[in-house]
Order: sequence, then structure tokens, then C-alpha cells
Amino acid sequence: MLLEVRNLTAYYDTVLALDDISLNINEGEIVAMIGPNGAGKSTALKAICGLVKPKSGEVLFRGENINGKQPYQLVEKGLCLVPEGRRVFTSMTVLENLEMGGYTVSSGQSSVVRERIEKVFELFPVLKERRKQRSGTLSSGEQQMLAIGRALMLKPKLLLLDEPSLGLSPNYMDTVFEKIKEINIDGTTILLVEQNARMALEYANRGYVFEIGKIAFEDKAKNLLKNDLVRKSFLGER
Amino acid sequence: MEYLLHILVIAGIYIILALSLNLIVGYTGLPALGHAAFSCIGAYTSSLLALNMGLSPWIGLLIGACVAALSGIVIGYPAVRLKGDYLALATFGLGVIVYSIAKNWVSLTRGPMGLPGIPGFSIAGFQLSEIWSYLLLILVFVVITIFIINRIVNSPFGRILRSIREDEIASQALGKNTIKYKLLVFIIGAFFAGIAGSLYAHYITFIDPSSFTVMESITILLMVIFGGMGNISGSMVGAVILVVFPELLRFLGMPSSIAAPMRQMIYGLLLVVLMLRRPQGIMGAYRFK
Repeated sequence: MLLEVRNLTAYYDTVLALDDISLNINEGEIVAMIGPNGAGKSTALKAICGLVKPKSGEVLFRGENINGKQPYQLVEKGLCLVPEGRRVFTSMTVLENLEMGGYTVSSGQSSVVRERIEKVFELFPVLKERRKQRSGTLSSGEQQMLAIGRALMLKPKLLLLDEPSLGLSPNYMDTVFEKIKEINIDGTTILLVEQNARMALEYANRGYVFEIGKIAFEDKAKNLLKNDLVRKSFLGER
Repeated sequence: MEYLLHILVIAGIYIILALSLNLIVGYTGLPALGHAAFSCIGAYTSSLLALNMGLSPWIGLLIGACVAALSGIVIGYPAVRLKGDYLALATFGLGVIVYSIAKNWVSLTRGPMGLPGIPGFSIAGFQLSEIWSYLLLILVFVVITIFIINRIVNSPFGRILRSIREDEIASQALGKNTIKYKLLVFIIGAFFAGIAGSLYAHYITFIDPSSFTVMESITILLMVIFGGMGNISGSMVGAVILVVFPELLRFLGMPSSIAAPMRQMIYGLLLVVLMLRRPQGIMGAYRFK
């Protein structure tokens, strides 16, 4: 098991955000966390990667307890987050953004960095076309690809994606999820949080359905798509 | 002529201060309000070493800068864990503390009476006494500072600083220990501020706490914002203009009874107009979010 979350509880000040959450992710999977706003999906993601301190419970990454570790330490272990809202460095060029991802891990091995940049360009050819362009001038879909590409520069074992489809045109949503699938096939395990539940479940192997800080359902993605209760409550069907 | 040279020397010292604060505020995006504290520590350290132990001002300058850098760790350690306004307030508070220590630790600093008779610099046995020789000396330090800061901001390290300014969470997500980098920036900034303080002390030959008030920190911050944050030439322009401009107002020929308050008001008005018309500063590209 790559990641195991046991009885995780987290608060924002006094508000309970995560109530005794347990989940696990196997190597090679795409796992989606879906559910309405404020259900705790993003908090769960942030608690896993060290941006939110859990009150109790533990997070095990490849069998090692990573509670209380700083985000940069987790990156070294191969756990990498693409934060919500893309967050590319807008004043830097596309290439500079990618190089930012390359600094720490390869510590000066420029050939490794170049190799990884080429790989990112292979995956996202549009970034190659725009490599000299300031990333603030990219469309939101291209920025999302850059944010994912930048994270891939760190060669993560587990890639955490927070709302990858947020603010994208329907066209780009498809592209981004296609790319996520490709990255997964290439050997990266993926945990993502998504508002667009149907889209996420179509691409994921398994899903966790969140509701007010708890996990309401967990199942294979295709079963969740067929589940009447999930369809009515979370996919907006009658 | 002496007067003109004196203004230029002071402008040079402010350029060093503005450049080093720009590294913290402009390039890394940390709104620090206690920069005068670092120059205070540098100035008092090297003055006291020269007065009490007869140490050469050159060695004092180096030790003063190192002690200021150390204080950068002490001040930076709590400060870099805070964000935005909170960081500004915390550094403001720490600036007040350093000022109060300089003012109240009378047995060491002579408090408000100040330290008179600080020896000047000498090179190979020649005492620097002419103002122009100090101007040259300051010029050398300004050039060194520009060179080093320029190297820093254009290095990979500098790019990490920019990434922290633009988006600290994204920077963390890429595996950067942002706390470490922010602390390093405080240490470097404090080091150069310490040099500036020490240069000031040995040039003027007298210091007292009133030269290192929080208002002084704000003046340095104004120079950075006025010139343009995240821009080296901006800090130089900002420092020169904000030193020279109030002096120019002396020549407006206003009756002496209203001259001083008028100068203050024109100075303030200039700042307001600039912030309205050009919030990114004269040379700048970046502004506070």
C-alpha cells in the first residue's frame, strides 16, 4: 500500500473539518475524492501533504508515518501536490517554472533536469511551443498543464491534484484528465480531489465520496457511477 | 561643495540600506518594518569596539555586520513564520525593542546621550578626513553591494526568492523549504544593513538612538517602494531622490517660520501622488498584492 490514512481528524480553529477519515491508496491507482463544497476533500489532501496539521490520526506513506512533516520533506519522499487554482509563477516563463521544479531534487544535475523537461514537453507539447512565454499569459488550461508538468519535474511517486478541472473549459477538462491518465499509465499513482464528480469517476479506479467531514461511500469508480444514491445526491441525476 | 558631498555620502549609505531591504521586501515579498534595527546594531557594535577596545573601524565594520547578521537570525526566526501584515507588525515590534535597548542600556550605549568621538576610517596610516575620501569609500561599498545583490537575485537562489514572493504554497509544494530561504534573506539583508550602520557611525563620528527609530525603517521602506520593489536600480533611484529631494526644498526660499512644516507636507504629498499614479514605484514591475 502506497498511502494509508488512519482515523484522521482535523479542525479549522474550532470547526471540525475532517471527522475520523480513513482511506488507502495502492500503487498504480487513480483515486478520486468527490463530494460537495466544504465536505473536507481538500482538507484531507492538505492534511496528507502537511499543509494542514491534523488533530489526531496518522498518515503513512510507504509504511512510514509522515505526520507533522513539512511539505518540502514530503517532496523528497516522493509525495507532491499540485495546489488548487494552478498557482504557477506568473512572472516567470514556462521554462523557468519547470526549472523551479527541478532545483531541489536533482541538485545541480542539469542533464537530469533537461531530460525531465523534455519528458514534460512530450506529454504537453503546447508547453514546448510556449516555453519562452511568461506563464501569466497562458490560458487557464495551459497553466494547469504547466502546474502538473512542474510537479512532474520532481518525479513523484504519488501525485496529489487539488481540483485539476477548476475554471477550465469543458474541452480542456477532457484534455487534462486524458493527460492525468497518461501520467498514471507512466507509473505515477494519483490522488485527486474534484468537484466534477462524474468526470473524475470516469477516469478513476476508485472513489471516496465525502460528506460533511466524513467518508459516506467508498467503492470502485464504476460502481459509484452506478450507485443510485450517489447518482442522486452527488451527480445531480434524478 | 562640502554640503553637496555630504548629501551624496548619506545617499550612498541609504542606497546600501535600500538595496538590502529590497532583497527582503521586493524580491522575497516579506514586508519587513525593522530594517533600522540592523543598522543600529551594526553601528553600535563597531562604534563600541572602536571606543572601548581601540579596534580598527575596518575590523569593527566586519564584526558589526556579522553581529547584525546574527541579529537577523534572532529577529528573522519568529518573523519568517508569519505572513503579510503580521510579519510587518512583528518586525515593527522588534525594531522598537532594539531602539529601546539602545536608548535605555545607558551603561553600555550611554543612552540618549549617544556615543561621541567615534574614530574615522584610515587607509594605510592615512586618516580619512576629507569628505570626498568618504564619498569614494562609500562608493566602493555601494558598488560591492550592488554586485553581490545582483548576483544573488539572478541566481537560482534568487529565483526561489521570487517564487516565494509569488506563491509560497506553490513553492513549498515544489519541495522548497521556504522558511529556511526566508531566514537566509533576513540574514543577508541584516548583514548589509549592519555595514551601512557602521559606515554611518564612522563617517558622522557620533551616533545616538534617534538615528535608528522605527521612522527610519519606514523611510528605508519608502525608498524601496518609491523606487520600485524587486528592482536594483529602483532602490538606488529611490534612495537618492528621497535623500536629495527634501534638501532641494530648502532652496524654495520659504519664510523660515513655515519652511520646515511645508517641506514635510510637500514631501508627504509627493509620496501620495506617486502611489496614486505609479503604485509599482518609479522603476518597479511588482507591487504588493
